[in-house]
Parts: sequence; structure tokens; C-alpha cells
Amino acid sequence: MLVYVEGRTKVKKVAILFLVIILTLAGCGQTASGDKGTDRRSSQSPSKQIIVSAAASLKEPLEDIEKLYEEQHQGLDLVFNFASSGSLQKQIEQGAPADIFLSAGQSQMDALEKQDLLVQGTRIDFTGNEIVLVVSRDNQNIKSFEDLTKANLISIGTPETVPAGKYAQETLKNMKLWDSLQDKIVQAKDVKQVLDYVKSGNVEAGIVYGSDAKSSDKIKVVAEAPAGSHSPIVYPGAVINTSSNLAEAKVFLDILCSSEAQAILENYGFKRVNY
Amino acid sequence: MGLDFSPIILSLKVAIAAVIIVVLSGIPLAGLMARRDFPGKDAVESLFTLPLVLPPSVVGFILLWLFGKNGPLGQFLAQTFNVSVVFHISGAVIAAAVVSFPLMYQSVKAAMEGVDPTLENAARTLGSGEIKVFFTITLPLSWPGIVSGFILSFARSLGEFGATLMVAGNIPGKTQTMPIAIYMASESGDDRTAMMLVLIMTVFSFLVVFWLNRWSKRQKKSTAQDIGRE
Repeated sequence: MLVYVEGRTKVKKVAILFLVIILTLAGCGQTASGDKGTDRRSSQSPSKQIIVSAAASLKEPLEDIEKLYEEQHQGLDLVFNFASSGSLQKQIEQGAPADIFLSAGQSQMDALEKQDLLVQGTRIDFTGNEIVLVVSRDNQNIKSFEDLTKANLISIGTPETVPAGKYAQETLKNMKLWDSLQDKIVQAKDVKQVLDYVKSGNVEAGIVYGSDAKSSDKIKVVAEAPAGSHSPIVYPGAVINTSSNLAEAKVFLDILCSSEAQAILENYGFKRVNY
Repeated sequence: MGLDFSPIILSLKVAIAAVIIVVLSGIPLAGLMARRDFPGKDAVESLFTLPLVLPPSVVGFILLWLFGKNGPLGQFLAQTFNVSVVFHISGAVIAAAVVSFPLMYQSVKAAMEGVDPTLENAARTLGSGEIKVFFTITLPLSWPGIVSGFILSFARSLGEFGATLMVAGNIPGKTQTMPIAIYMASESGDDRTAMMLVLIMTVFSFLVVFWLNRWSKRQKKSTAQDIGRE
């Protein structure tokens, strides 16, 4: 019993200590934001967070577009969650907080739509892409998809979860290369990992999006997947219906389709789609 | 669609190979560390135990760097033997061996430290050399530690995920071991396959631990009886 009482007072002491710390921290925070408030009026209104769950391949352009959006809508703070479209789909299904989902594949968006997780009428194809074969800068062996049979190891995204991997698989199957290459294909968790494998030289070639190939000068594009060898690549985006910031989320999708944002996307190697 | 058994077979192959490496390296090193003292011994001991406390991703990162195309060991292996362990089953074996080594080492060392030195000294006074003492006295008396180390490191090798994925990658049929197959199946929403593999893995691991507990209890009992007889 004595031990129990002692335990209680200890807990109380710790709790008081925490309270003091928290109050001190909160006080600090207030003065800090107060200082800022004199410089920028906008930060006085509490900034709302818009969570965008986006395919990893969209990282660079979205970070540019973020500036565009936050400039035009002060007080709004875009928070990105980058992962493979498959993981993001799972996260959203499990109830992870997200206002917007930007997928690299239609099937992930279809799955969410079927489960009524999207706000109706907000789904839109906002950009497109193409599939290319990349090798490290000093590789002279591989110049075409057919040359892949000479490679020891190549990498693509896991076809079941990574849309770029699925398109790569389609391309290889279409070119009748899949069966002979299967044993050499390291399946990566996302496109960035494919690029890392190629950059580090641990695999000789990778199949990625045209936009990803532009992100590094350590790699070079040696071939583009022939037209019609895979289904067209369009990126769908939509507002998730658990979003409490519906209007702001819709505005973000509008900005994504604006000519300024489209120019940014094209700059990063994405292909404009016709709405 | 039937269940693909290749991850199971692959995992067994990797675990067996890794355990062979761990037994061959762990027992002599444990024997050395249990009986010898030298400057820097604590540092060496810590290094041997490190893979047990480090996250597998750290082990994977270090191994990938060491054995990668541009890593020191990777370049050496490529130039001298023209082999590469990255994204190859041998990479999975190395990863499994490294993470399970501390289990073998620790339990053998503890067992050997428990061997009464007077027994070893008795053998020495009767004219046995150090090697003979090790094989006829120390090793047989630390048998329980060796067996439990063996089983624990086998189970650990079988279940190795993080470092294996980083070093051996995910090539279905070639480097996709059971834990990786489970992860991939779960990620891609193939819950049926994931469930089957999870079941196999869980039952197997349960049996290993169950049997180990039973066995060590029986060992204790029989040792107690031995002492009683004395």
C-alpha cells in the first residue's frame, strides 16, 4: 500500500513537471508567432493543413506547385505524403488522414472510388507520362529494350503495387521479353528505388517514367517504350471524402490543372493530357 | 491459383546456409572469447553483439554499402572472383548470417563460460593439448548452449526481412524469401497468399520455440539429476 501511495505522488510530480514544460513551450510558441504576426498578417489566422497523398513520382513538380498554391492562398499549408500509389491507396482505405489523393495509376483510384471514398465529381486526370529505359551514364552495353537480355540484373517497380512497374511489365510482355527476363528483375518498392538501384550500379538498367529519368544526371534514357506497348499513362487526382477542407482541396486540384502548374509538370518530363 | 512454394524453399535454403556459416564462425569465436583475455576485448565483444541491437535496416545499409558495386568488398569480390552478392541469394545468406550471428555467439559463449575450468585443467594435467581439451571437454559440456544458439539463429535467419530486402532485393523465385513474399502479398492486397504464408511462418516459429523450451527444461532436469547422483 505504501508503495502504491509513493507511486501516486511520483506520478503527480512527473505530471506537474510535464505541465510546466508544456506551458513554457506554449508560451514560447505564442511570442514567436506574435513576432511573425507583425510582419505577415496572414499568419495571424490559424494556418489550415491540406494533406496531399501523392505518388512518389510527383515529388519535384508538386514541391514547385506548392509554392504557387501557398502564395495564392495564404494561411493554407500543403503537407505532402509521398509513397507508392498502392501504399497510399491502402493508407487511405485504413482511414489515414488525407484531403487529396494523386495517383500514378487508375486502378488505385478506381479502388477508392468503388469504396465511395472519393468526393463525387472531383476526380480528374491532371497529367500524363511515358515509360523509358534508363541506364547509368557510363553504360555502353544497353541501348534498347532488346539489349536487356544481355544484362545480369535490371529493376522495375513491383507490378502489383507500383503503376510504373505495371506499365513496365506490360511493355516487356508486349515485346515478348518478360519471360526471358523474369529471373533478372529486382522488384523495387517504388520508382525512386529503381533509380537508386541504377545509380548505384547494382543493377544495369531500370524501367521508369520519363519524368523520373529527368531527375538525375547520373542516369541516361536509352529508349522509349514503343507507342501502344502499354496502356496510356494518366495521373488521376481526387478529393478524399473524409476531408474537412473540401473547398481548399478543390482549389488545389484547380491550380494543378492551371497552365502555370501544367508548365511546371511538363518541365519535369510529364506529358500534358487532354481533358 | 495455387500457392507459390518458392519463397518457403528459398527461405529454408537461406536459413540453412546462414546457420552453417554462423555455427562455423560462432563456436570458435565464442570459445576464444570465453577463455582468452586481450586488450580491446570489450570492443570486439560489442562489435559481435551489435547486429542484435541494430535495426535490420542499418545492417542492410552497411552491407549494401560494403558489398555494392562501388563498395570495398563488392569491388574486391567482383575483381577477384567475378561474383556479386547484391540482389543474389548469397546476399540474403550474408544478411541472415550477420543478424543471427550474435544469437549463436552469445548463447555458446554463455554456455562455455559456465563450464567448470577445473574440468579443463584436469584434462590439461593429464596431458591433453588445448585443442583436445576444447573438443573433448568444453564443447560437449556447452552442448545445450550450442543447440539453443543453433535453433535461435536458424529461426532468426528464416525470419530475416529488413536487411535481406535491402541487400538481396525482391526477385520472385530467386531472392524473394518468405517474409518478403508476405510483405509484398500484403502490400498488393493479396491477403489470401499473405495469410497462408503467415500461418506457415507462425506455426513453424511456434514449434521451434515450444520445442526449445521443452528441451531446455528436460536438460535442466537431467543436469539436476546428475548433480543429485554425485
